[in-house]
Amino acid sequence: MTAITAPGLAGPATAARPRIGREWTLALPLAAFFAVFFVTPLLLLVAVSLYADAEMTRFGLDQYIRFFGDTFNLAVLGSTLLLGVKVTALTLLFGYPLAWLYTRSGPRMQSALILVIILPLLTSVVVRTFAWIVILGRDGIVNNLLLSLGLAETPLRLLYTEGGLVAALVQVQMPLMVLPLITTLSRLDPNLLDASAALGAGPWRGFLKVTLPLSLPGIVAGCLLTYAASVTAFITQSLVGGGQMLFMPQYIYQQTITLHNWPFAAAISIVFMVSVMGVVMLFNLLGRASKGYVHA
Amino acid sequence: MPDMQRPTLGSASFGLVMGTLAGAALLLLAAPTLVVLVTSFTDGYSLKFPPPSYSLRWYASLIDAWQLQDAALVSLKLGAVVTAVSVVLGTTAALAIGRSQRAWARGLDALFMSPLVLPALAFGLASLVFFSTAGVELSFLTLAIGHIVVSVPYVLRTTLASLAQLDPALLESSESLGAGRLYTFRRVTLPTIRNGIGAGAFIAFMSSFDNIPVSLFMADARNEVLPIRMWQILENSLDVRAAAVSGVLIAVTVLAMVVMERVAGLSRQLR
Repeated sequence: MTAITAPGLAGPATAARPRIGREWTLALPLAAFFAVFFVTPLLLLVAVSLYADAEMTRFGLDQYIRFFGDTFNLAVLGSTLLLGVKVTALTLLFGYPLAWLYTRSGPRMQSALILVIILPLLTSVVVRTFAWIVILGRDGIVNNLLLSLGLAETPLRLLYTEGGLVAALVQVQMPLMVLPLITTLSRLDPNLLDASAALGAGPWRGFLKVTLPLSLPGIVAGCLLTYAASVTAFITQSLVGGGQMLFMPQYIYQQTITLHNWPFAAAISIVFMVSVMGVVMLFNLLGRASKGYVHA
Repeated sequence: MPDMQRPTLGSASFGLVMGTLAGAALLLLAAPTLVVLVTSFTDGYSLKFPPPSYSLRWYASLIDAWQLQDAALVSLKLGAVVTAVSVVLGTTAALAIGRSQRAWARGLDALFMSPLVLPALAFGLASLVFFSTAGVELSFLTLAIGHIVVSVPYVLRTTLASLAQLDPALLESSESLGAGRLYTFRRVTLPTIRNGIGAGAFIAFMSSFDNIPVSLFMADARNEVLPIRMWQILENSLDVRAAAVSGVLIAVTVLAMVVMERVAGLSRQLR
């Protein structure tokens, strides 16, 4: 519907809009709430990050200089942003075929599939993380399987490793990837694939040349959500990742709660937020470009 | 004729690859939940899978676990308050933003959605700084305020999605037939968007019930929430009671999901 209202046709459509022009007042309560309890706190966070010392007596850019002057901090930021890339890529690899399977299933199968897909989204994050401890622990399923198959002599250390963390995050974030993909894939015109098949393209060619390019908006939306959620997944990172690896959310928590260094914690938060926003904006740009590609 | 499809190497390998990956994804999605459920019925003291023998002892032990019960009660109360306020604020905002293509509407939409992509832990810290600067002591109220900010986007998103399906011609005809704005809202708009609001409310409740990053900074000692209590249990001692709590949560969640799917078409609203 919205696609039809192209700029050239907007004239008459605008005139037909409901005459009451004061709907915007309905947005005021939430706007006021966000101004006080969301925007102001974030601005204050910026202000606190500009204190030069932990006691908050003088202003200066010291916290940022400290952050960027130490390769340790940069490594934490880098590994956090990279963690998101790994999780997002794997989620796409497994999530896309799942979304594809969904669109090709009958209605009964679809409702069973959708329940399995959204189950992790609605299960408590502590429960999901707890499950991974049971699966990856010394006495866990994977280790028992490996030992009984003779593939390992002694239990492997799977918990508190990055591989284990990535697996847990992929499971947790999978719904965020699959749901937008299902939306775009079910909007695709099935005639396009039939046409491509009739013209002699095999399923691989049809998939790569027709389905995949046309589903790019869904891929971008899914990647955006998955990425943002996995770099900020504090609980999974700290319980499955353990104390061996440090990621930005734990770093912020540690500086605030354990070390009471609010200015540095605030500066780390700002750096982290700006980095995540930067990646998200990059995804958005890609999304806009992919939409242009689809319409062309 | 497209129906004349012979099984070729291409189509066989395509089906095999897609099917295998999709199967692996399904296994990955469902396995952890099933593992927790089975483990929670263990008779032993450790989180071994499969358990040596089965019993309901850890579920029974929850009856005396007053700390866990208190935390669950706080979480339920909090979820109810947060959901109620989020529904009112989110729905009214969606009504304002929904029909407008103007810049202010798109700007507000982006602002209201931003808690979803912003690191929640950073927002938790910002709230702590805000309330301590303002000299407000942490309480149930500050906790609820923090949760509302991160829960509103869900209500807004699902309500906006269902508003998009409302034909503006319906509103115009209702108006031209002499119905007032409130009457039109009650009889035309609300029935159309009811399912969207319902699904949004459900997700908002779940997100509040499950929130740790904001609770970590906003909760005072008297308002300990369930996920934080569980987190501490898991970090300090791998108490099997945590498995039983998880079992209860999974059962309630799956039940609520099935009910919401029947009543509000939850999965359709999520897309």
